[in-house]
Amino acid sequence: MKPLVSLAIVCVVGVVSCKREERGFRVQPPAAEKLSAATMSDLHPGGGPTPPSTSNGYEESAYAVSEGQKLYMTMNCVGCHFHGGGGIGPPFIDEQWIYGSDPKQIFASIVEGRPNGMPAFRGKITDYQVWQIVAYVRSLGGLASPSSAPGRGDEMQGGHPPNSNPAQTPHNSSLPPSAEHP
Amino acid sequence: MTFFSSTAATLVAAIFDKQSALNPAGEQGASIARLWWIYFCVLTIIFVLVAIFLFFAMLPRRTRFVGQEPAGVIEQPNESHERRISTVVISAVIASIVVLFVLLFIDFFTGRSIYALNDQNTADADPLTIKITGHQWWWQVEYTNESQPSKMLTTANELHVPIGRPVKLTLNSNDVIHSFWVPNMHGKKDLVPGHPTEMWLRATQPGTFRGQCAEFCGLQHAHMRLTFVAQPPDEFEQWMQASSTDAPQPTTETQQKGLQVFMSNQCMMCHSISGTNARATVGPDLTHIGSRDMLAAGAVPNTRGYLAGWIANPQNIKPGVRMPPNTLPSDDLNALVDYLESLK
Repeated sequence: MKPLVSLAIVCVVGVVSCKREERGFRVQPPAAEKLSAATMSDLHPGGGPTPPSTSNGYEESAYAVSEGQKLYMTMNCVGCHFHGGGGIGPPFIDEQWIYGSDPKQIFASIVEGRPNGMPAFRGKITDYQVWQIVAYVRSLGGLASPSSAPGRGDEMQGGHPPNSNPAQTPHNSSLPPSAEHP
Repeated sequence: MTFFSSTAATLVAAIFDKQSALNPAGEQGASIARLWWIYFCVLTIIFVLVAIFLFFAMLPRRTRFVGQEPAGVIEQPNESHERRISTVVISAVIASIVVLFVLLFIDFFTGRSIYALNDQNTADADPLTIKITGHQWWWQVEYTNESQPSKMLTTANELHVPIGRPVKLTLNSNDVIHSFWVPNMHGKKDLVPGHPTEMWLRATQPGTFRGQCAEFCGLQHAHMRLTFVAQPPDEFEQWMQASSTDAPQPTTETQQKGLQVFMSNQCMMCHSISGTNARATVGPDLTHIGSRDMLAAGAVPNTRGYLAGWIANPQNIKPGVRMPPNTLPSDDLNALVDYLESLK
């Protein structure tokens, strides 16, 4: 009986862990068509419940997150946001998200651009690459699954590696910094 | 019979191919090939001798036992026989040691002749310095020019060298460990991230050869090839002149549209074409893409069909490659291919 149980455990672990390393080269990006549903604000008329957050399937895949990390460097996100600590652009490692922390909202921020300097990458990066960057950006803030977030970066980092970031409750302020500090 | 003769012909053709250490076209490659042939001859002789002795040892020794004892009885020790055995064993051991030492010395002198160029690492050797950077999964080739920095030249997956002049390759890696190997020219040398390595070589014969990454570097390691062109010095100078110029301006209407497509889409986020606004260094330099033989680090020939297919969906040709699929309207794709083909 015992060997059967351990065999079953091995099989289950094998099947579950496959997803982490799955490399889909011809996959459709998640939820790209629902971009128009992204909202920038937490304020909703009538005070009803906030729309449910979307899920980004790439956050489950260590391969996709590491591709996102690579793109974060090559597309020069690092030029303004640095390695998550922020500088010219806002940081990602804190719980403050000016334009929302939901994957869809981050996606919208990247492709549409945002006031005060964030360029619009629409048409300059393919959708699935944007979703990979979204997965990596969220992993910097401890919002992605720790099982797929990178264990270390190639550059100097002050804080935790993304996979051991403490889970945070994002605070979506919905106010651009220009409004906060006139 | 025809099967064997055709197999043998294929084998011989493969041995003396454009990607073979036994078809040397450079000084260093010639030393390595010489060493290989010496080993081949010495070891063949030893193998044949051992096989002959083994054959005689296997023959039943009838004569000794005729009419005396039944087969299978253990032979009694006999002093002269014992002495003869020890003489044979000792002389065989001595012969082995001598052969090994001879091979060791030949190794040593081969090493000396291969690295003789490195020792002349001085200005009067007038080496051509080329910086090679390995990427997943392509080669970036930069001709540095210390006296005239404006004459620097960056290309990809194609390495041209003049015959007779020492070439100093500085090897770097951008991501993981790769290994530079053009068998006809030299041995292998690893490209280690953060630790530049050097390789010196001198080509002696003109020709087009093929290099290959020789250290497993990821999914498309097998499709990380390099075209190595050894040319007479004047031809090489011509190639340098032609390649250091900016990309030609688009002449026809579709080519102009192609340039626009390139600039307004994701192409220019990774690639550079000198003389235009595209200056990104993530992907291969496309300034003279139309003059290259192969696409995608030797994965497919550079024809119109393959070029269009590669742009539309590189993941079909090299699954896992860093270039994303590009969904362009067919008119735009046609114009883009027109423009890229004009970049001779």
